[in-house]
Amino acid sequence: MSDLDLLYTDVEDDLRATVRDLLADRCDPASVTAVYDGDRSPVAGLWRALAVDLGLAGLLVPEERGGAGASAREAAVVLEELGRTVAPVPFLTSAVVATTLLLDTEGDLLGSLAAGERTAALALPLSTAPDGSLPAVAADADGRLAGTVTSVAGALEADVLLVPATAADGIAVYAVPAARAGIAPVVSLDMTRQIADVTLDGVPGELLVADAEPAVRRALEAGAALLASEQLGVARWCLETTVGYLKERRQFGRAVGGFQALKHRLADLYTGVESANAAARHAAAALAVRDPDVFAATAVAQAYCSDLAVTAAEEAIQLHGGIGMTWEHPAHLYLKRAKADQIAFGTPGAHRARLAELVGLPLQGE
Amino acid sequence: MTADETALREDLRRRVADFLAAHDPMTTDRLEFLRARYDAGLAWVSFPDGHGGLGLPQALQPEVDQLFEQAGAPDNNHQANGIGLGMAAPTILAFGTEAQKRRFLKPLWTGEEIWCQLFSEPGAGSDLAGVATRAVRDGDAWAVNGQKVWTSGAHGARFAILIARTDPDLPKHFGLTYFLCDMTDPGVEVRPLRQITGEAEFNEVFLTDVRVPDSQRLGAEGEGWRIANATLNNERVSIGRSAIRESGMIGVVARTWRERPDRRTPELHDRLLRLWVDAEVARLTGQRLRQKLAQGQPGPEGAAMKLTFARIAQQLSGLELELLDEDGLRYSDWTLARPEKVDFTGRDAGYRYLRAKGNSIEGGTSEILRNIVAERVLGLPAEPRVDKDIPWKELPR
Repeated sequence: MSDLDLLYTDVEDDLRATVRDLLADRCDPASVTAVYDGDRSPVAGLWRALAVDLGLAGLLVPEERGGAGASAREAAVVLEELGRTVAPVPFLTSAVVATTLLLDTEGDLLGSLAAGERTAALALPLSTAPDGSLPAVAADADGRLAGTVTSVAGALEADVLLVPATAADGIAVYAVPAARAGIAPVVSLDMTRQIADVTLDGVPGELLVADAEPAVRRALEAGAALLASEQLGVARWCLETTVGYLKERRQFGRAVGGFQALKHRLADLYTGVESANAAARHAAAALAVRDPDVFAATAVAQAYCSDLAVTAAEEAIQLHGGIGMTWEHPAHLYLKRAKADQIAFGTPGAHRARLAELVGLPLQGE
Repeated sequence: MTADETALREDLRRRVADFLAAHDPMTTDRLEFLRARYDAGLAWVSFPDGHGGLGLPQALQPEVDQLFEQAGAPDNNHQANGIGLGMAAPTILAFGTEAQKRRFLKPLWTGEEIWCQLFSEPGAGSDLAGVATRAVRDGDAWAVNGQKVWTSGAHGARFAILIARTDPDLPKHFGLTYFLCDMTDPGVEVRPLRQITGEAEFNEVFLTDVRVPDSQRLGAEGEGWRIANATLNNERVSIGRSAIRESGMIGVVARTWRERPDRRTPELHDRLLRLWVDAEVARLTGQRLRQKLAQGQPGPEGAAMKLTFARIAQQLSGLELELLDEDGLRYSDWTLARPEKVDFTGRDAGYRYLRAKGNSIEGGTSEILRNIVAERVLGLPAEPRVDKDIPWKELPR
């Protein structure tokens, strides 16, 4: 477990540069802020550019199924860049979580996701931890689904919902065309990953995975592991932007970044971001090789990076002073994403509770 | 891992196996074994050929150490020579002459010669560049006079790395020179300095007309500050390195947790898990930093590592006393002792708690380290330095 490479390969650096260039062109802070005022017009075009033109929708899909055959390490690099720009695209929900869930399925859905022709979302609350409870959509013997799932991320962008449902013989996952489900947008803390409440009213589903709990949990594990890299991207933007601003902002006749009360806070934040980088990279590397340690690696990365990203965004706002509190400055986009990400795929407390079991530090018993 | 790395690793394993076949650890004399291991390049494999290494990536070292340990090979008493191995050796390797490397590195590695560090002074702590110990040229040697302090292990050391002022007419950073000082010189007097733990791991060192041959000057005259910084960067990287999970302070406290179910509370559980995560992330951060530094000299990034290490060690050792509850009221022994080795995780929980207080002071206080990170890594404006352009001898004291 100590030999995983925690740095970036040349290929990964090239991928980062490509994604960063595209986002610089097509995902500026003003257009991201606009989604809070209901203008989602640039989102579909941005997602098409990432998913189809750069082929990122199929990053985790094997080549023989029409994807790029890359690993979680590359997907993590993409998420760092998406976090850095708080890009309002369904990469994590479709290209990571839904895709991972479908990896062992036959049929053409995986291929069409890989090609970016369709986008899918797992119909579970965004807050579901990898060991969390899976809610009760009920499937009858004919595969008709009934029930409500709240706070689903990626549903608004999805063509297909992947619905875990309780059937007679356990949990199964069904595909439901998004058009056949009731999808009610929710005014969300983070409108760059807007959630929706999904209602299924006896709609027929196509059975994708029977006995699906392991596959669902594996998809959630991948989401949690790679969310850490998005959180790293959020935190790094906050650090770099704040350092840059404090070098320029002058009060009392000097750059305020020279005051120890502020520079010490930035030194601590740098220390935290470097730590988050190691934790996120470790989780991605462990996931990429299916290391048996991946569960602890994910829990550690989530417990650490979730809080660190929130701290980074909170520090960015405080250290920017008044401008940091405005709608005009993009810092609030990062705070909202960081806070929502902290809850996504399990809170830090939920991951620490998982760890207590995984590493043998229980509250009760041996 | 690339094919090249795999091949290197296999070759290295073979070398270790061949060495062990030729030098049975059970029957070979301890020192003879260690010297032969050095000569075979299996001491510190990242060092160059002829100086105990094979010029290989540092990342291969843990495996070599493990193979020797598994074979029951004698160790080089590294716990007593942390300053020699972690600080003096890389500095001598980077800045020493060929003759200095030949003279000093081998007995340093084998533990035949223990090293200490004569840097800090009563008047030069955080402001280390202000050292007042004078070295005056006297023929082919230097005469050194002054007082050093916080010198760990000076009582057992054969040599010291020393910085002293050779030109008081220059501003403080420019008039310093780096020396390798013989601790058996009659002008060296070592007095124990008792700490809050009760023991005297540190010393005060008084230097009176100590003779240091010019051949034991490391680097050029006036280069002392630059070289000392390289040493300190090594120190900060060498602190708190651990390749395996739950080593160091977290391992100790986790063991106490597992052994004492009667003492557990939800509040302590929450704190323990937070610190467990912090310790694990710090381990990974150190691993990542070492992967980055595998080739070059450590930079100021190590300062961030040391900040984290100090915070975690202090919080964990404090937590352990609370976890022990009534037993946390007891202390092992206040008797003045002069330990040969420094072990932050040794002795009892009370000792560990008190000793950890030093972690945020020794090797650069956490406040100075934050300045280093902010200025040298993040490029934020430097602290006002009103004394940096004034000749050292004119500074108010």
